[in-house]
Amino acid sequence: MVSAMSADRLARARRALERVRDPELPALSIAEIGILREVRLEGETLVVAVTPTYSGCPAMGLIVAEIRRVLRDAGIGEARIDTRLAPAWSTDWIDAAARAKLAAAGIAPPERDRPVSCPRCGAGAVETLSEFGATACKALMRCTACREPFERFKCH
Amino acid sequence: MTARFAYLLRLGDTALVLGHRLAEWCGSGPTPEEDIALANIGLDLTGQATAWLDLAGAAEGKGRDADALAYFRDGTDFRNLLLAEQPNEDFGHTMVRQMLFDAWHVELLGGLERSADAGIAAVAAKARREAEYHWRRSSDWVVRLGDGTEQSHARVAESLVRLWPFTGEMFARDAVVAELVTEGIAPEPAPLLQAWNRRVDAILTEATLTRPADGWMQSGGLEGRHGEALGHLLAEMQSLARQHPGAKW
Repeated sequence: MVSAMSADRLARARRALERVRDPELPALSIAEIGILREVRLEGETLVVAVTPTYSGCPAMGLIVAEIRRVLRDAGIGEARIDTRLAPAWSTDWIDAAARAKLAAAGIAPPERDRPVSCPRCGAGAVETLSEFGATACKALMRCTACREPFERFKCH
Repeated sequence: MTARFAYLLRLGDTALVLGHRLAEWCGSGPTPEEDIALANIGLDLTGQATAWLDLAGAAEGKGRDADALAYFRDGTDFRNLLLAEQPNEDFGHTMVRQMLFDAWHVELLGGLERSADAGIAAVAAKARREAEYHWRRSSDWVVRLGDGTEQSHARVAESLVRLWPFTGEMFARDAVVAELVTEGIAPEPAPLLQAWNRRVDAILTEATLTRPADGWMQSGGLEGRHGEALGHLLAEMQSLARQHPGAKW
């Protein structure tokens, strides 16, 4: 009985958390980008473990506030939010479906073994404009075929 | 002060002070892209400083967190490397300072990643990935400026000579470091120096710059003896928190 209630509460919490987006990458949820590490119950306490992408990521404060808000809105109540540093976040945690969403949003996904291609026209002829873009996790590139600048999610 | 607390303050203060120096470029970088890059690197370092100083506060055990340590200590309590507090001057000077620092930072963090202290290892593993990116960029700029025009070459060559005496401190093996090395918490400085030499020599060669002679090296930052520059930096960094202690928005 208790465990069924607990399982239901966890499932509702996980569903609610799907609505939390990375404010810098609204195409992805925090689960898809790998920031959301764990949702579990410790006795009666709901524990949500998150990890920052970059050490100085200024979005973390907002993400934590959003987690609290969606859980409250879903009637799940207060949670304890733990920041977990190890293992360190890596772009390898962004799965294929999430990568496709990034590309559809005009951001070249992080690919270790494949060259970067333009997310607009698909051409492989690209150049780096700046190792840093509007956020720490992205670089600024330009397609030399269609001449459009675009952002690239950096491998990390 | 325990050795672990002192060592964590060194890591945290160095990242904090250099992060603040880079933030001073915000709005006055040579191009918009460079402005953003400098601010982002500063942000990485400030984030790392928060993690180190939170660990330092826990090691001290007096209830001070990263903010308390960053904003409510005076210059003589800071344990940062003197290299980190050197003023920005021109863009080339900032890049030479960054390259000399990043070459050490990547190697140090790589060593700390294997620390016997799990908390230190976790922060280092995260920071090392960031430092590698910083190194790629700062070393690239030193090559472009050193192997650039007559003027850019002359200016970074002068910066290199002026900043060189501040590099010795990175490899100091005083009682604090010796104790943590024995405990398996911190890496031995001598192999770090070898790895640093390999990185820096390769970049200086590519940049057509001459490596300055290893002569007299300035020290003192790790014991709280700083130059005038740190006082001005702290005055700006700490003024808001001190005028409005505990302020939130």
